[in-house]
Amino acid sequence: MESAFSSADLSAIWLTFKLAAVVTVILLLVGTPIAWWLARTRSWWKGPVGAVVALPIVLPPTVIGFYLLVAMGPNGPLGHLTQALGIGLLPFTFAGLVIASVFYSLPFVVQPLQNAFEAIPERALETAATLRASASDTFFSVALPLAKPGLLTASVLGFAHTVGEFGVVLMIGGNIPDKTRVVSVQIYDHVEAMEYAAAHWLSAGMVVFAFVVLLLLYTFNPTGKRK
Amino acid sequence: MKLRALFTLAASALLLFGFAVQSAQAGQKITIAAAADLKFALDEIVVLFGKAHPGDQVETVYGSSGKFQAQIRQGAPFDLYFSADIAYARALKAEGFAASEAQPYAVGRIVLWSPSRDAGRMTLTDLADPAIQKIAIANPKHAPYGKRAEEALKAAGVWEKVEAKLVYGENVAQTAQFVQTGNAQVGIIALSLALSPELAKQGGYTLIPDKLHQPLEQGFIITRHAAGNPLAQAFASFMAGKEARMVMTRYGFALPGEVK
Repeated sequence: MESAFSSADLSAIWLTFKLAAVVTVILLLVGTPIAWWLARTRSWWKGPVGAVVALPIVLPPTVIGFYLLVAMGPNGPLGHLTQALGIGLLPFTFAGLVIASVFYSLPFVVQPLQNAFEAIPERALETAATLRASASDTFFSVALPLAKPGLLTASVLGFAHTVGEFGVVLMIGGNIPDKTRVVSVQIYDHVEAMEYAAAHWLSAGMVVFAFVVLLLLYTFNPTGKRK
Repeated sequence: MKLRALFTLAASALLLFGFAVQSAQAGQKITIAAAADLKFALDEIVVLFGKAHPGDQVETVYGSSGKFQAQIRQGAPFDLYFSADIAYARALKAEGFAASEAQPYAVGRIVLWSPSRDAGRMTLTDLADPAIQKIAIANPKHAPYGKRAEEALKAAGVWEKVEAKLVYGENVAQTAQFVQTGNAQVGIIALSLALSPELAKQGGYTLIPDKLHQPLEQGFIITRHAAGNPLAQAFASFMAGKEARMVMTRYGFALPGEVK
């Protein structure tokens, strides 16, 4: 049998994992403070900020893709900024996909983290404070370890959701090999060109990947009943 | 028992909706799947057709020819299929998915189009200019206009120089949109789109010599789904009529019978 994946397929797979990995790292760095703030604050802003973070869950990818394409274009605010910084334009670039995916997958990282932070008993944090732990000490030595299951869920969902992204990439990616042609787009192209065998290999691979990821998550990180 | 009231309400709404859908179906209705280059021309033709057939409904769906071909094979309920490459329509006919022969309706042309640069004086060799960072073409893998664009770039001897700058639209309309938003500076798109009111007011174009690529012979079929449907038949005849041909000519298509 011929190799199941063509070299174009393999480079799409590699690109997809690279994208998801970069996005997950950025999301953990950006999402953790947001989630911490959302979990602890009593500010009036909690509602609006939480709603903005959750927007990508509700919005069609076409809306996000359309606005990002316009905003990152030469006449959009982001486009002005990147051009002024000498970076050039972001659509059709890997960096552009990273930014789009960070926005698109944000709720899948923030929400599990926020739930985990909210579940930390107030008492644990107060105890730390009475022991004269600084705020950052409390966060890193008490809050974060207690939120470990949430952190794992957040990472897995952020990664998996980025792998599963299609609509936004189709709209701002430009389908460039090794830069923006991710697996989901490659599958779409195979189907349109009636290369069903190639489409099957990649699609089945995605199904297996998704199942294994979720299986690991549910097996090793049972939520719900805790002792 | 608020919840029970809510369920009753939802159920009645669903029933009402069902009736509304039923009663709306007076007259006949056909759905046309068409290549994206036809977007503006076919919309106008459908309006003209509607005047001659009041009470009947014609719906149009635009996208890439390859996608629609695959969908029709899987039983999509389209009544007519207008492909940007007649070969796609012929393949469906050969496989038994058509209720008519594949009929040629136009020959398309590709153009260089740009809203930001003087595309009226541009040639394919100018695309190598480093000031042009991104060039949009339709995906040659499954969009006929993309295939022809690739052929023309190769024939002009600039393919190696521009390949790294290419971005690929899912169909020729998305290709135009990449350029329209300024994210690509130049695009190779369908003449019919460059002549559309929306794009014509924004930029100039240059015809790409048609000796640089295979002809974009376009063809349509009545699908097996519409076998014996008089409205589908009527629309097919209307395409060959004077009114429809005038619209097609205005959008830069060469017509069957006029082509050398």
